[in-house]
Amino acid sequence: MTQDLLYFDNAATSCPKPPETLRAMRRFMEDGGGSPGRSGHRLSIAAGRVIFAAREILAGLLGVDDSLRIVLTKNATEALNIAAVGLLKPGDHVITSGMEHNSVMRPLRALEAAGVALTVVSCSAAGELDPDDVRAAIRTETKAVFLTHASNVTGTIMPVAEIGRIAGDHGILFCVDAAQTAGALPIDVGPMGIDLLAFTGHKSLFGPQGTGGLYIREGLEGGIAPLMRGGTGSRSEFEEQPAFMPDRYEAGTLNTVGIAGLAAGAGFVAAQGVDDIRRREEALTEKFLAGLRDLDGVTVYGPKAASRQMPVVSFRIAGLDPAEAALKLDERFGILSRPGLHCAPAAHRTIGTAPTGTLRFSFGYFNTEAEIRTAVEAVGRLRAW
Amino acid sequence: MTPEESYGVLLFQSVSYAIKAEKILLAAGLPHKLIPVPRHISSDCGVCLRFRSELRERILAALDGQVEIDAVHPLK
Repeated sequence: MTQDLLYFDNAATSCPKPPETLRAMRRFMEDGGGSPGRSGHRLSIAAGRVIFAAREILAGLLGVDDSLRIVLTKNATEALNIAAVGLLKPGDHVITSGMEHNSVMRPLRALEAAGVALTVVSCSAAGELDPDDVRAAIRTETKAVFLTHASNVTGTIMPVAEIGRIAGDHGILFCVDAAQTAGALPIDVGPMGIDLLAFTGHKSLFGPQGTGGLYIREGLEGGIAPLMRGGTGSRSEFEEQPAFMPDRYEAGTLNTVGIAGLAAGAGFVAAQGVDDIRRREEALTEKFLAGLRDLDGVTVYGPKAASRQMPVVSFRIAGLDPAEAALKLDERFGILSRPGLHCAPAAHRTIGTAPTGTLRFSFGYFNTEAEIRTAVEAVGRLRAW
Repeated sequence: MTPEESYGVLLFQSVSYAIKAEKILLAAGLPHKLIPVPRHISSDCGVCLRFRSELRERILAALDGQVEIDAVHPLK
């Protein structure tokens, strides 16, 4: 990335990636870039080892005991679609929150049109979910709760462990969208009562775009149909999709070069430690929130407390359209942010910022305190224009 | 393979399981090799794990409860 740019769009994709990510991808391609699980020659086996190593490192980060419970996908959206479309049938009832990204909302709305009953539990104006409201929404035919681990608009962290407990008590499956949190906030699927966990590779796990995955708890795959069927390199004599993990959901050649990068990025996260990454990002968020607090004419949305949110801050500058503000920040200050609805119209309705949206700054592990100071100054100066 | 040596192979559901087995056997110091599944054993296109026959029991013990094995065959 150009040196003088300030990148505050890490909730869209992290930038820069650690050099380990790029090195691993380059090495994989230079070493031959074989097709995993297809041929049995040395390059094919080497590619299979790359894939397996990625599953192992991801399993370690997410508290998954058996790494073959992790399906590799092209993004969190594909993972969420496998979970929603594969699991829910007409007559089922599903619960979600008013803070979801369209990666959850659109598949659920499509299923609703096909006969699945959907309850969208309201959240507070700060984007916070009251677990009692989820409990109250449960019916006898409720099959699952789909919930974001943290909002991509306000950064609000959801009470995942509590919802997991409620879902478990009622025999309901719990699917978590960890697009904003995997690698940036501790996740442990067992104690958090998570049955299905969708994650992306290109945000806080520092992989390239085109990588992601879905954890599926043992025993659930029988009730979750795959989205796609095709070659898996296994059971080739049969014309039916294999029933076992992870091949059931991995039709077609995987993005091995991307997954090589994801394994290295996730390895970087494991080496730094998710707790340390969280501490650093929380400190950056606190500094930015404190800076905005002193600026008249700036309205911040969400919890406004670093400990209760991801390093994602949504705000507006009085008299300035968010898109116009983002353009000025880019052109005059080299600050890259994201205006608008952030693919989450429901969340913006919840916090009262639809249809215009907000300006969003999202920080990452590689941002510095000096950059945050520059960011606050730039926002302050924008008010005058 | 020299004439006096005798081998067997382990078949798995897919290469993911074969590589998981490989990792466990490497850690246990038990020699083995991933090879394409011989056509006379299975029509599958994946890999299998070849081992020297005298290690059969130790290898099966190391993998017991760790990796699902589809079948064990002598390699002729």
